[in-house]
Amino acid sequence: MRQFIACLSLIMGAAFPAVAQDQVTSFTLDNGMDVVVIEDHRAPVVVHMVWYRAGSSDEPPGTSGIAHYLEHLLFKGTDTLEPGEFSATVAKNGGSDNAFTSYDYTAYFQRIAADRLGLMMQMESDRMVNLRLTEEDIATELNVIIEERNQRVENNPAALFREQKSALQYLNHPYGDPIIGWQHEMSNLGMEDALDFYKTYYAPNNAILIVAGDVQPDEVRTLAEQHYGKIPANPDLPERSRPQEPRQMAERRMIFEDPRVAQPYVTRSYLAPERDSGAQEDAAALTLLAEILGGGTTSLMAEKLQFETQRAVNAAAYYWGTALDDTTFTMVVVPAPGVTLQQAEDAMDEVIASFLQTGVDPEQLERIKMQVRASQIYARDDVGQLANRYGRALTQGLTVEDVQAWPDILQAVTAEDIVAAARDVFDRNKSVTGWLKAPEVTQ
Amino acid sequence: MMRFVLAFAAFFAALPAWADINIKEVTTPGGVNAWLVEDHSIPFVALELRFKGGASLDPEDKRGVTNLMVGLLEEGAGDMDARAFARATEALAASFSYDVSDDTLSVSARFLTENRDAAVALLRQSLVDPRFDQDAIDRVREQVNSGIRSSKKDPQDIAGKAFDALVYGDHPYASSLNGTLESVASLTREDIVAAHKASIARDRLYVSAVGDITRDELASLLDGLLLDLPAEGAPLPKPADINLPGGIQVVEFDTPQAVATFGQPGIDRDDPDFFAAFVLNHILGGGSFESRLMHEVREKRGLTYGIYSYLMDRDGAKLWMGGVASANDRIAETIDVIRAEWDRMRETGVTAEELQNAKTFLTGAYPLRFDGNAPIARIAVNMQMQGLSTDYIANRNDMVNAVTLEDVNRVAQDLLDPSRLTFVVVGQPVGVTSSIN
Repeated sequence: MRQFIACLSLIMGAAFPAVAQDQVTSFTLDNGMDVVVIEDHRAPVVVHMVWYRAGSSDEPPGTSGIAHYLEHLLFKGTDTLEPGEFSATVAKNGGSDNAFTSYDYTAYFQRIAADRLGLMMQMESDRMVNLRLTEEDIATELNVIIEERNQRVENNPAALFREQKSALQYLNHPYGDPIIGWQHEMSNLGMEDALDFYKTYYAPNNAILIVAGDVQPDEVRTLAEQHYGKIPANPDLPERSRPQEPRQMAERRMIFEDPRVAQPYVTRSYLAPERDSGAQEDAAALTLLAEILGGGTTSLMAEKLQFETQRAVNAAAYYWGTALDDTTFTMVVVPAPGVTLQQAEDAMDEVIASFLQTGVDPEQLERIKMQVRASQIYARDDVGQLANRYGRALTQGLTVEDVQAWPDILQAVTAEDIVAAARDVFDRNKSVTGWLKAPEVTQ
Repeated sequence: MMRFVLAFAAFFAALPAWADINIKEVTTPGGVNAWLVEDHSIPFVALELRFKGGASLDPEDKRGVTNLMVGLLEEGAGDMDARAFARATEALAASFSYDVSDDTLSVSARFLTENRDAAVALLRQSLVDPRFDQDAIDRVREQVNSGIRSSKKDPQDIAGKAFDALVYGDHPYASSLNGTLESVASLTREDIVAAHKASIARDRLYVSAVGDITRDELASLLDGLLLDLPAEGAPLPKPADINLPGGIQVVEFDTPQAVATFGQPGIDRDDPDFFAAFVLNHILGGGSFESRLMHEVREKRGLTYGIYSYLMDRDGAKLWMGGVASANDRIAETIDVIRAEWDRMRETGVTAEELQNAKTFLTGAYPLRFDGNAPIARIAVNMQMQGLSTDYIANRNDMVNAVTLEDVNRVAQDLLDPSRLTFVVVGQPVGVTSSIN
């Protein structure tokens, strides 16, 4: 069945990468800007992206949301572009544009006819350093991001629940603060916060240019040198280091109640290692562990909780390995009617215990590896997604070589590696267990 | 956090394309018609099947049966139960997805060249010989129920449901294709088997394939896959009678941001003025950041994160729809601005510059849609369902360019109807009163 699980497996799918390596060229401009070109000549289209190694986790304390707010403000004009003119120009050329912010990166992109690449670079390089904001622009946009938070978070109890749960997961690291910002801090964000963040992080030596589609690497290099190459590096770019997690020594538990919750569920996340450059093996084992435990109909959670018994409506495990700092391994059980959250949580623990005892089914591992291999073929059909994969990797501490090595590293993972990874990660002292439910109605 | 994510699948993304796409029309020996785009650069095929009718084929007292049936297609077939079927699919690294909307049952498949026959054999079993085991029915039924319960507390879903109930009278469009907890509880295996026969039949079938396959290979693949399906299914539903009284219906729900869905009568795709209306909608609320609604409601006033409008071309209903969300104490102003923009557009129309910008965007963006096997396959099958011919791709931009300022402004006057613009608002909106019960 679709629903619920579908969105989780999407995250999983995105962890499986890669592409024929002859499709990808990379180089660095003299000012330190990294460039990745991904060729696909089937259609005369190009995706042009600039990724900054700066996200919500790089924000100064007390200004949560400023990275995302600034992302909105980058559409407000420069010395030479009126507010809104950037997107209007892209549209007039038949293209579309947008931007997104996460914990570790902020990215801007346009999708347009390949012969307009130079114009895109001209405008994108312009707003890297020439942003001009008025108080009026930024006041209106503050209302927009507050409505965005209303739409994504305040109107959605599951989103509020996840936000509270992340805050509990991280004792010290800013991954505990929401990307969009805490509501009370957002309303105080202003011009100075935005410009400070902009001047600190928006520079070629903190950016990655990714061009994917019907282009030749030489042509991209020439255009990139012309438009981005002339911008000087920021010599004061701070080293990227966030407060790290201390030893986590006690499990945390929370119950989040909201009358708008129609479908209660229990979820547990464990602090887990991320993919590190040159050392992606542990993350590869955890990636396969998530598939084995909770990757869909053939997973162990489905077997124990939906087939052998009918204790869950849905059950899943997921792990997102691409991150700059410690990430999480998460399991979720949506109980069947009549099953309590405690019973659902106990069932989740049974699956973990059972897996640690019996280990990996070799046939299941074989099937997963077949899918990893096939995903390299299917991935070539969507260069936009490939561009995202490189952008996320390169802003989160990985290299082009790491991205290209990842499928082979996944193939090399053994059953023993997966069990060892499970033993390491399932440490309750590093976990947060959350119950999402509606308040009990008293008679 | 995206700057703005369109909350709906852009209606027009489903349309056409691109002069360099070489579509071959294939008729198999068994009589199946399909469109093929051969491209051998990546060793897989994207295959799209569509069956007209979809969830609107639900018998009156069996609401939700088609949806439940579609959810069961991947839950066991032939001698395989649900998990055996899933294991077989994984072992081939194929992917099959089954979906249903109000008008259409969709099957999207992709499979590798290296094991194509085995993958198609598996897909065939799921379509021709699904098991509908009782334990699978019970399991999927609970998943559907879980969705129905969640939907009752989701302001967006509440708004959609209230709008549909108001507008579509006794047509199936008036209720959710998921059914209700009561209707789903009453569905039996016999109902599901009947829904399968009614909806997956060759008299309503559309097919496209894109990728690493030749014409002859595709012809034999399709005959093997499809000839054992019934030749005829249930009669297709009649058009809906539309009730759009104008005004506002408020649905009280305790949540901080009010969600509004709005609509007025739309236009048929076959209408000679369709392209003028399409361009007009792009300028009004279809063009993302560049639209008037986005400019007035978001960019100028900061009243929302996103607002959009679109022409909805259902088989049995043509509406001009839109959506927005604003905090409870700001939604009244948002609605005022939307109404003012509706009036302004009707009275003064668009400028020559707006028209030119819209045309440049629409004609420039069109070829960008054809950028992979999977998207081309989806476009090709949707074109067939809309009754378009393969040369539409080459001519479509000419039709956009042929729209004149007079056309657009005449259509704005004829079609935009502020008196029938009907809002459903979910939340605790301040200063908004219900005029519709």
